[in-house]
Amino acid sequence: MPSAHILEAHHIVKHYSAHTALQDVSISIPKGTIFGLLGPNGAGKTSLIRIINQITGPDEGYVLFDGEKLQEKHIAQIGYLPEERGLYKKMKVGEQLLYLAQLKGLSKAEAMDKLRIWFTKFDIKTWWDKNVEDLSKGMQQKIQFVATVLHEPKLIILDEPFSGFDPINANLIKDEILELKEKGSTIIFSTHRMESVEELCDHVALINKSRKVLDGPKDVIKRQFKNNSYTIRFAGTLASHPDFTVQSFTALPEGLSEATLVMPSLDQVKAIQHYLIDHVDLRYFSENIPSMNEIFIRAVQGDNQPQAN
Amino acid sequence: MKNILLIIKREYLTRVRKKSFIVMTILGPVLIAAMYGVIIWAAITTINTKKVHIVDESGLFNAKFNSTPEYVYTYQQSSLNSAKALFKKSGWDALVFIPATIYDNPKGVKIFAEKGIPLELQTTIERNIEREMETLKLTEAGITQSVLKDAKMDINSETINLSEQGEKKSSAAAASAIGFFCAFLIYMAVFIYGAQVMRGIMEEKTSRIVEVIISSVRPFQLMIGKIVGVALVGLTQFGLWIVLSLGVFSIGSSFLGDQMSKYSEVSEQQLAQLPPEAQEMAKQQMQTNMSSGALPEIMGALETLPVATIVISFLFYFLGGYLLYSALFGAIGSAVDAETDTQQFMLPITIPIIASFVFAQFVLRDPNGSLAIWLSMIPFTSPIIMMVRIPFGVPIWQIALSISFLIAGFIFTTWLASRIYRVGILMYGKKVTWKEMAKWLFYKG
Repeated sequence: MPSAHILEAHHIVKHYSAHTALQDVSISIPKGTIFGLLGPNGAGKTSLIRIINQITGPDEGYVLFDGEKLQEKHIAQIGYLPEERGLYKKMKVGEQLLYLAQLKGLSKAEAMDKLRIWFTKFDIKTWWDKNVEDLSKGMQQKIQFVATVLHEPKLIILDEPFSGFDPINANLIKDEILELKEKGSTIIFSTHRMESVEELCDHVALINKSRKVLDGPKDVIKRQFKNNSYTIRFAGTLASHPDFTVQSFTALPEGLSEATLVMPSLDQVKAIQHYLIDHVDLRYFSENIPSMNEIFIRAVQGDNQPQAN
Repeated sequence: MKNILLIIKREYLTRVRKKSFIVMTILGPVLIAAMYGVIIWAAITTINTKKVHIVDESGLFNAKFNSTPEYVYTYQQSSLNSAKALFKKSGWDALVFIPATIYDNPKGVKIFAEKGIPLELQTTIERNIEREMETLKLTEAGITQSVLKDAKMDINSETINLSEQGEKKSSAAAASAIGFFCAFLIYMAVFIYGAQVMRGIMEEKTSRIVEVIISSVRPFQLMIGKIVGVALVGLTQFGLWIVLSLGVFSIGSSFLGDQMSKYSEVSEQQLAQLPPEAQEMAKQQMQTNMSSGALPEIMGALETLPVATIVISFLFYFLGGYLLYSALFGAIGSAVDAETDTQQFMLPITIPIIASFVFAQFVLRDPNGSLAIWLSMIPFTSPIIMMVRIPFGVPIWQIALSISFLIAGFIFTTWLASRIYRVGILMYGKKVTWKEMAKWLFYKG
């Protein structure tokens, strides 16, 4: 039976001889989203991705794919771009893509049709008969990206998809990712580059030291992490007030000042706004939403309690 | 199954289309033919007649040395010193001095030469003198020439296999040659193609494509696909080698045939320059040389060997031996990061192969001895040892038993390898030890 989630992992435990890679990790990935799978190096992301790809199996727990127990037939519906890229160096580009597509269950003719579209799109028709080793690293990355998505998988797992791309090509790939999402694919996006998480992800989960420490829609998590801090710009003199503390203060040109205020609770926001309007010439008032970068660092460093900074 | 076929196809095609494969396939038989060609050519052309001058003080050996195409003898009875003085101008290659006291003192013979003399010449002369002395002494003891002639019998036995089909002529020499040749091919194949499997797996691991592939297929499928693909490459290469070799051989042998006849013309011219009695002897010698040539005998004996059994069992042991070992080579390839790390793991695998090749020489001497039987049952040695034995005739039950052990053997090594493989290919940047590999065997999927 189809589910609202393309993938659900339930209480996954995975041990290797010396250490535990995953300890009771559960995640649910809603269909049609870009799901950021975050975590420091060695946290267990790759182990989880390998379990989803059925490269290894979990010691405990189970995975559902579109409501069904994960099994071999689902391989054709998953596309995987590993962090460590690799292609057969001495094989021709076209032949290699045909081979990889056929391993994913496409017929040769289907693969040919789809490849033609991608080769036109990326304007790489002349690469067909080149050996992979004759291409630059960025070109190889493009080829590998095509190999990952060619069979139009329902679930696409991208591990650091932008590494090795120049900004122009990174943008090209980003647009492709968004287009794939639009077409209904779900994307698991594993990266350390928080600005792309910020930009692309709808959901995030954070794994640290084999455990999931955060999980949910990105804006919910951000709200969870905000600490009632506001930035204001104004002209005039700001007197101290019992309902807020001034955390930082900077003088700006033209007699303006910028300050960060932290309020103990949300209830006072309105009152304080009025107070500010009454006492200073308020030009700018904005809530500070924590960046994914901050959230990542705070969560990993173990203080995921909302806190002044 | 469809995926395994795809993998086999890729492994096969990428290898067969490589330039190195095409070059080796064409060059292989040419190189071998060239090697034999050089040997035969060297053997033909290096026979330049050497002149040996005999100074015979004893007077017992006049014209007793048989001239051959290689050595022509001349005689004189004068003193050694005059002969020595003549040596430089004479064009003699060697000067043999037989003292007058030869009859009582066997130690007095001396051979002089400007350069070193070949061992062969020395032994030829020694043998000639010994034989002559023997005849002389026997005659003195009252044994006549005719009795002597009668006593010298040239025994040339025929070996005959007794079997249910009746008597069959066989040739131990031919059987040895064929058996050893087949064993050698298997030995080579295990190394060449086993190493190809190992390198292929390492290539996939170090280029990291393996992670992409095994997100599409089971690791076991990838491993088996590669092993089978390379096996087909091996069969193709051997098949082409056989076809090409036969071609080269038939061209080569007609060419060599021409050379041979030229050679005999040349030597007839040389003979004509010899004194008449020496000519006669040399001719006789050459005739016996020609007729006792080993080649036609082996060719004839080939027909008596169990050819069908040899061919079928060669194919089987070739594949069986390859499968058994290539799985192990594959396991090593999956466990290491670089070719330099393979050494320590290779040794235990190569030892049984090399050992069986060494044992093969003992087995040749006693193809039905207990050592031979045991080694032809153990899967790690049977592909080579059994191939050595088969041309001599092996009971069918032994072949059947050996084959079933071999099948069990490669199923076992493949299982073993697949356990190591599935862990090894994803293990980067770690120096693997035997102990660790043993642990991998028991990891859960």
